[in-house]
Amino acid sequence: MRRFLDRHWYAYAMVLPVVVVIAVLVLFPLAQGVFFTFTNINEGNIANPILDRPATYVSVGLGNYLKVLSGDASYGAFWSTLVRTLIWTFGCVFFHYTIGLGLALLLNRQVRGRAVYRVLLILPWAVPAFISAFAWKYMFNAQYGIINQFLRLFGLPDPVWLGQSDWALVAVIIVNVWLGVPFMMVALLGGLQSIPGDLYEAAEVDGASAWQRFRDVTLPGLRSVSSTVVLLGIIWTFNMFAIIYLITGPNPNTRILVTYAFERFFSGASRDFAVASTYGVLILSVLLVFAGVYRRALRKQGEVW
Amino acid sequence: MTVEAASLRVVEPVQPVLGRKRSERSVIASVGLHSALVVASLIAVFPVFWVLVTSFKPDAKAVETTPKLVNDSSVDNYVRILSGEKGDFLAWFGNSVLIALMTTVLAVFLSATAGYAASRFRFPGKRSLMLSFLVVQMFPFAVLIVPLYNILLALGLQGTSLGLVLVYCTTAVPFCTYMLKGYFDTIPTDIDEAGRVDGLSPFGVFWRLVLPLARPGLAVTAFYAFLTAWGEVAFASAFLSAADESKTLAVGLQVFVQQNRTEWGHLAAASILVAIPAIVVFYLVQRFLVTGLSSGAVKG
Repeated sequence: MRRFLDRHWYAYAMVLPVVVVIAVLVLFPLAQGVFFTFTNINEGNIANPILDRPATYVSVGLGNYLKVLSGDASYGAFWSTLVRTLIWTFGCVFFHYTIGLGLALLLNRQVRGRAVYRVLLILPWAVPAFISAFAWKYMFNAQYGIINQFLRLFGLPDPVWLGQSDWALVAVIIVNVWLGVPFMMVALLGGLQSIPGDLYEAAEVDGASAWQRFRDVTLPGLRSVSSTVVLLGIIWTFNMFAIIYLITGPNPNTRILVTYAFERFFSGASRDFAVASTYGVLILSVLLVFAGVYRRALRKQGEVW
Repeated sequence: MTVEAASLRVVEPVQPVLGRKRSERSVIASVGLHSALVVASLIAVFPVFWVLVTSFKPDAKAVETTPKLVNDSSVDNYVRILSGEKGDFLAWFGNSVLIALMTTVLAVFLSATAGYAASRFRFPGKRSLMLSFLVVQMFPFAVLIVPLYNILLALGLQGTSLGLVLVYCTTAVPFCTYMLKGYFDTIPTDIDEAGRVDGLSPFGVFWRLVLPLARPGLAVTAFYAFLTAWGEVAFASAFLSAADESKTLAVGLQVFVQQNRTEWGHLAAASILVAIPAIVVFYLVQRFLVTGLSSGAVKG
């Protein structure tokens, strides 16, 4: 034991602050949150220190899970919401990745004014999310929004973007793509710059076409950075509530799992903490399963992560 | 056109060679490249530009159906906000700056120490620590506001800035640690060993040798942590007291979005005021972004 500590004490001393903060502010609330999923806790029966009221919530066993997983519309229609969440997540991450990769490839060339382009293209990342949400909500407004004015100018149809239709989902995906491309672009640009130039020269000497160089040099060289950022992108997008919540509010056409958890948590007279936590646990489970499958798929390609 | 191609070629040797040689690119390819970048930049910048334009318009003009760049524009919106007519803007601003800076400092410290330990030492539990950082990001923490509230209350931190800062750190630190671990991995361990030979303690090596070398990585971490705290709404409205002078900007600005009626002009002006510090921080770190972020992401 002594030797063990002697060898590792400074490593542990350095991770200790993080472990303490995470344990106190993540693990403990998480455990309590999981406990809530087996109860009927809400605003009306939680212990209230201000009113000096004791807690009166009771255990309901697996009741919350059964209600949610039955797909009942009064509990957020779990399965159809899950499908919408998947459309949202993969739609966003697909465009994040392809547009981000495209721009990174352009910026990786020698272009005059590259530094200026780079600053402008990363800008959406630096704008706080609630301001972006407000800006786009203003631009998407059906009457005075500039997007519809622009569409009308060209005689194109001008849908009510943020109304009760699937256009609202399209609109929030557009906003989130705008918001998320810079991160992907920057990460992939770094990945591109770490691919040794001799590989391209060798490929060129061997007579590889531009497409072959892209497929056989660029893509394999980006595999490790891509697998990380795509996984992170999927996790973040799956749980991205701010944009949807701020732009369309409780619109059922843009409802994804995490925004429904929020609706349950924040709105209504009796804020339903139990169902909100149940959604949280289900979201975590879906992502854990996904991460496991993803990891196995990578490992099959000889990738250790 | 030929002139342009020739002048581009002259510039070439000055810049470091990145990617493939450019001399072969045709004029058409050049035009295509620039137009793609210009269009993308316009899309990236336009929403911010449009908010800026709107911020000078009176509320009533901001909702007219014909867009104009200038429409009774003046700085009235800014004057009214800064003079405190719409709520204690300057106090909110101060709170936000304080909370964002505290989050930045604490998150950089926490993730730098943890990232360094994960990069340099092999210790039991390292793998599970890094995996738990990944898992932590999978849970929507906002639904844990009740347990978090309880624990902050128990620690005596409920309603204080420090409590909110700690909550922000838990969301920022996992990704920052990954990023910094990757960055530290790119710094040769010979440097650490040389420092140890010269009589520095492991902490001395970290503090005096590795941290200064890791400045790009630290800059990106700081940027990320700052943004996490700067624009956050849900936690801030739950954990700070409801008194007007203790709000952050993101919470305070909700006064412009009342039911059925949004004061677009004022909201736009306030948004610009909020965005300025974030953009300043961004501008200071942007030259580090590519190197700092990618080494972290490449190594995972």
